[in-house]
Amino acid sequence: MMINNFFILLRQELILSVLIFLLLFIKLGKDRSNENILNIINVALFINLAAGFCCMHEGSLFSGMFTTNALVAFQKNILNLAIWIISMQSFAWLKTHKHVIEFYILLLTSLLGMYFMISSGNLLMFYLGLEMSTIPLAAAANFDLTKKKSSEAAMKLIISSAFASGILLLGISFLYGTSGTLSFEILPAHLGNNPLQIFAFILFMSGFAFKISAVPFHLWTADVYEGAPVAVTSFLSVISKAAVLFAFGTVLYKVFEPIANTWYAVLVVLSFATILIGNLFAIRQENFKRFLAFSSIAQVGFILIGLSGSSQAGLASLVYFILIYVFSNLAAFGVVSLVSALTGKENIADFKGFYKTNPTLSWVLTIALFSLAGVPPTAGFFGKLFLLMAGAAKDNYWLITFAALNMVISFYYYLRIVKSIFMEPNEQPIQKLAIPVVSKFAMYLCVAGIIITGLASVVYDYIYSLSFGL
Amino acid sequence: MNEIPLTHILFVSTALFFIGMYGLFTRRNIITMLMSIELMLNSVNINFVAFNKYLFPDKLDGIFFSLFIITIAAAEAAVAIAIIINLYRSHNSIDVDDATEMKF
Repeated sequence: MMINNFFILLRQELILSVLIFLLLFIKLGKDRSNENILNIINVALFINLAAGFCCMHEGSLFSGMFTTNALVAFQKNILNLAIWIISMQSFAWLKTHKHVIEFYILLLTSLLGMYFMISSGNLLMFYLGLEMSTIPLAAAANFDLTKKKSSEAAMKLIISSAFASGILLLGISFLYGTSGTLSFEILPAHLGNNPLQIFAFILFMSGFAFKISAVPFHLWTADVYEGAPVAVTSFLSVISKAAVLFAFGTVLYKVFEPIANTWYAVLVVLSFATILIGNLFAIRQENFKRFLAFSSIAQVGFILIGLSGSSQAGLASLVYFILIYVFSNLAAFGVVSLVSALTGKENIADFKGFYKTNPTLSWVLTIALFSLAGVPPTAGFFGKLFLLMAGAAKDNYWLITFAALNMVISFYYYLRIVKSIFMEPNEQPIQKLAIPVVSKFAMYLCVAGIIITGLASVVYDYIYSLSFGL
Repeated sequence: MNEIPLTHILFVSTALFFIGMYGLFTRRNIITMLMSIELMLNSVNINFVAFNKYLFPDKLDGIFFSLFIITIAAAEAAVAIAIIINLYRSHNSIDVDDATEMKF
């Protein structure tokens, strides 16, 4: 019975570990062509995604260190989906790369760390998962070994994330000093309006805000996103952010529930600043990856508003929005990564007249940008609507109005790109690109996801039934 | 013999933490910045061990936590130094002021 439980509850982590070891064996074995390896990996990642959906049981292991339930399993499935799409999209870039297997080992190790972080039931486990997810990512950001920008990005990522985890640790140590426990189950009973605990919480929160790049702590984001290879950038902006936000949601709702008033105030300030600064800086960007970095900062602000609702709808809208965000952001990054891998161009100005030469890619990019902006038929609109509705539960209408006004600002910079794709003439447009079949499939999957998750209400209902509130 | 009170130890660890933070913000050599981060992590270790010894002597959580912090700090330093070597190859310097390809 005990062994049975172990295999069922830990199955997502076990599958990933097996996959990592499989990759090591492939590396040691006979030489294979990159295309062959990539096909094996894509199939394996699909199996990983499919296996995640069976038997989503509730339970805990290792005396409460590791807990899981249907919501956690579903969150991990979203991350599985995202890594599968990213892997298919980076096909064109990795086909000619020398170190394909090392790249996947780094990303999968980081993903494994995120799994342990999401389902941690103890601050020690949480910290280990967090570090396991960030350290390989810094190495992955340096993956274009010869590029100056890439090593600069990796340096900025490792220094700032080490600093952030130092602050987080100081917070954890004060929490331990005031409560005497590290377990998520026992900790809430020892929390109160003790000043040292509030201080510890603020430190803890700053560590989190670094990882999700909420505004006073966002300065590393744009540089790292610009310098890292596009596949790593999409991993950073989608998967790593999503994983930390999931963990953030559970920690706030479960552990810090006794000081909900304090974190509500912090969330309001953070989301206000994040949306405003993210939007204003996105307007002046010229590099596409940098632009997407600031747009993702602004999106995090909206997510924080939803989270501040502290209800079942708050958590459900967080998970739902991230599912949509995976599809829409990855569709945009898919086009950018294809263009960057085949032509090396990454500036917004290069996309002028893109529609003349690549109509399919232009439509994919347009639908993705519409969804990020939140234009009604796409899923992005419903995602933001639910987030703001959840936030409105606290009767803080000026914040909701402010967020809605900022959605209008965001239309300007998203639609500016659509305009330059379709309307502006260009002497030397990007030539017609030959899209690999897998990348094409990934793009169609994203577009289908953008449309279906918005229109099919079952998705939100299902997520809502898994969630819980304060 | 009088025992050293907890507050004295907390004073040392907090001072160490902020010395580390000050070093991180003012130094421009990446290796020195890495050392400052180690200072911050070690001050947290002192915190954990002190809390464990003085407040919860019958538990081991804090001591285990500090063991894991030491391990992870080593892993982090290994990756960071690899990155710094690569940065030195491309920039011929390990001064952060020279790594200015990307701004704003």
